[in-house]
Amino acid sequence: MTAIDAQQVRDITAHPPGLAARKFKDSAFIIWGIVATIIGLGTLVTLVTDLFTDGGHRLTMAFFSSFPSSEPAQAGILSAWVGSLLVIFTTALFAIPIGILAGIYLEEYAPKNPVTSAIEIAVNNLAGVPSILFGLMAVGIFVQFLGNPNRWFGFLPQGFREAGADLFGQSILTAGITLSLLILPVIIVATREAVRGVPQEIRHAALAVGATKWQSTQHHVLPYALPGVVTGVIIGISRALGETAPLIMIGGLTFVAFLPITRPGDATFETIGVLDEYGAAVDPAATETVRIAHDGVVVLPDFTELPVQAGETVDLPHGSTGQSVATLGDSIGSMNPAHWLGQEFTVMPIQMFNWTSRPQAEFLEIAAAAGIVLLFITLLMNGTAIYLRYRLRKSIKW
Amino acid sequence: MERDFTKKKPRWFEGAMEGLLFAAAAAAIAIVLGIVYVVVSESTKFFAQVSVIEFLTSTTWTPLFDNPQYGIAPLLTGTFMSTLVALAVAVPLGLLVAIYLSEFAGPRTRETIKPTLELLAAVPTVVYGYFALLFVTPLLQGWLRPFGIELPSFNLLSAGMVMGLMIIPYIASLSEDAMRAVPRSMREGSYAMGATRLETAFRVVVPAAVSGVVGAIILGMSRAIGETMIVVVAGGQLPQMVTSPTQQGATVTAFIAQVALGDLPFGTLEYNSIFAAGLALLVLTLMFNFVAFWLQRRYREAY
Repeated sequence: MTAIDAQQVRDITAHPPGLAARKFKDSAFIIWGIVATIIGLGTLVTLVTDLFTDGGHRLTMAFFSSFPSSEPAQAGILSAWVGSLLVIFTTALFAIPIGILAGIYLEEYAPKNPVTSAIEIAVNNLAGVPSILFGLMAVGIFVQFLGNPNRWFGFLPQGFREAGADLFGQSILTAGITLSLLILPVIIVATREAVRGVPQEIRHAALAVGATKWQSTQHHVLPYALPGVVTGVIIGISRALGETAPLIMIGGLTFVAFLPITRPGDATFETIGVLDEYGAAVDPAATETVRIAHDGVVVLPDFTELPVQAGETVDLPHGSTGQSVATLGDSIGSMNPAHWLGQEFTVMPIQMFNWTSRPQAEFLEIAAAAGIVLLFITLLMNGTAIYLRYRLRKSIKW
Repeated sequence: MERDFTKKKPRWFEGAMEGLLFAAAAAAIAIVLGIVYVVVSESTKFFAQVSVIEFLTSTTWTPLFDNPQYGIAPLLTGTFMSTLVALAVAVPLGLLVAIYLSEFAGPRTRETIKPTLELLAAVPTVVYGYFALLFVTPLLQGWLRPFGIELPSFNLLSAGMVMGLMIIPYIASLSEDAMRAVPRSMREGSYAMGATRLETAFRVVVPAAVSGVVGAIILGMSRAIGETMIVVVAGGQLPQMVTSPTQQGATVTAFIAQVALGDLPFGTLEYNSIFAAGLALLVLTLMFNFVAFWLQRRYREAY
């Protein structure tokens, strides 16, 4: 050992060289981090501000109660929001039960075997499949295959084929099922996480007093998992509400000036007999005996008007049109899903897309107004889900 | 009233319930098979008329012309260009946010910012499309004009940038989860050696969380590849070989949506062509899912 070189002796209690510069880099990075966060949050704020400056003044009551129109000043989102409501209702009807049951199966029941791993791989992959591919599948299966029973199911009785053609095709039912398949992974994953969070002791206690596996699941595990499940359902539904691409695929219409359900006071039309493409009777000599349900007018093929009263029974030639005004009873009757599930539809994102792709500035204004409505609903739903998750984390202490 | 507690409860109900639960879970497999079946079977009809070689090597995509050409390359360049722009925006921003939230911000800041940022992923994509077309594009046109770049009103730059903003929460949130999963002892070891927080973040935490971070980036990327409405609205629908983000171009998804917007006559070559494009999209996304899965297993650090 040589003598210690004086230069190598350092006072280790002193700050190492360059520390000030290294600490400065720390603070500088914090600023970069904050800037990045602000860019993210600023995007949201800018988005909302931009939509409001463009379309805020178009948000009137009339906007919600008018049909779309070629005249932008009169156009509204009535058919779009009613369509969205019905499609989302159908989506929820399929996605919520199937998603929750599948989540419970994977967490509580599934044995460790190849089938279970196949299901898990399927769920994980579905979450990453682009939504437009769900649209392609829907075109192939629901629109072309199930929607054209005459082409594929010639062996089935006529009644079945007609019912199939009515329900599938470019219908609300097709749209609802397609979106429910799309959000299934969201609900399954949320349910699994919520069920996994329920401590094992609760199951053991239930089983120990003689509950069966399903009783323990239904009465003890599910109630505790419910807030987590609800969070997943809300996020899934809000995603379905904003989806556009798959619904464009299955042929959601861009211009719909009717409602799938009837309002009291709406004019209704009913034609009699089999008509050709010009609205004339195929067999002008044929007649049909009809019992009139409402007061109204029947327009005969020669355009003379025949006033009729409820309860009357009249012989009408083919090609006649009964015109009347829908009553409250008709309106309630039209809410029967069998009536609207098979109808064509539009939804809010498609309506907004249609207006966005027009060159006139007035249409862009109402596109922005529709965007505000969409954004408000989806952010509200997601905000609720975040709040629920937050409450959940605070309130439950096992 | 006396009840006989020794009486056995019916067991069939338990079995029926289990069957029902299994059926619900098996639906996931049915959906995957349904997608693969429809896309593959309709593509088969397409490839019966158009050779796979032409599909993969031709650089023209003009299915609606009299003399149609079916080369997927222009659509793929559109998809890659918009995805590249999206990643150029989302990766640096997302990782900055993730490192800041995980290593520097206090718990309250983190608990507020993380869910708020997640709202970015909840905005309907058609609203983003409007934003890209009518806010970001005019803004960029103004910025780029002094540099002599005339940005067309449809371009992949603004579509890609808005897509990037959309996927920030995927990258930030999942990367942050991965970083927070790095054990505290590793950070403390680093501090004890005299490292600053920033040094610890970049030399200890990020390398330890790399599998999660890469997984997050690939997830964001596959979201960008599959995104439809933003590019349909703001990217233009002209299928051309894209070499610069300032050009307009069609992506695979935009082409599918564009054809679907018109009449879709069943059984025509045009009808089958959207399924062939869909097959390319499916292969692409499944490939990235697989790569993410493989990377995560290969580089997983176990503690």
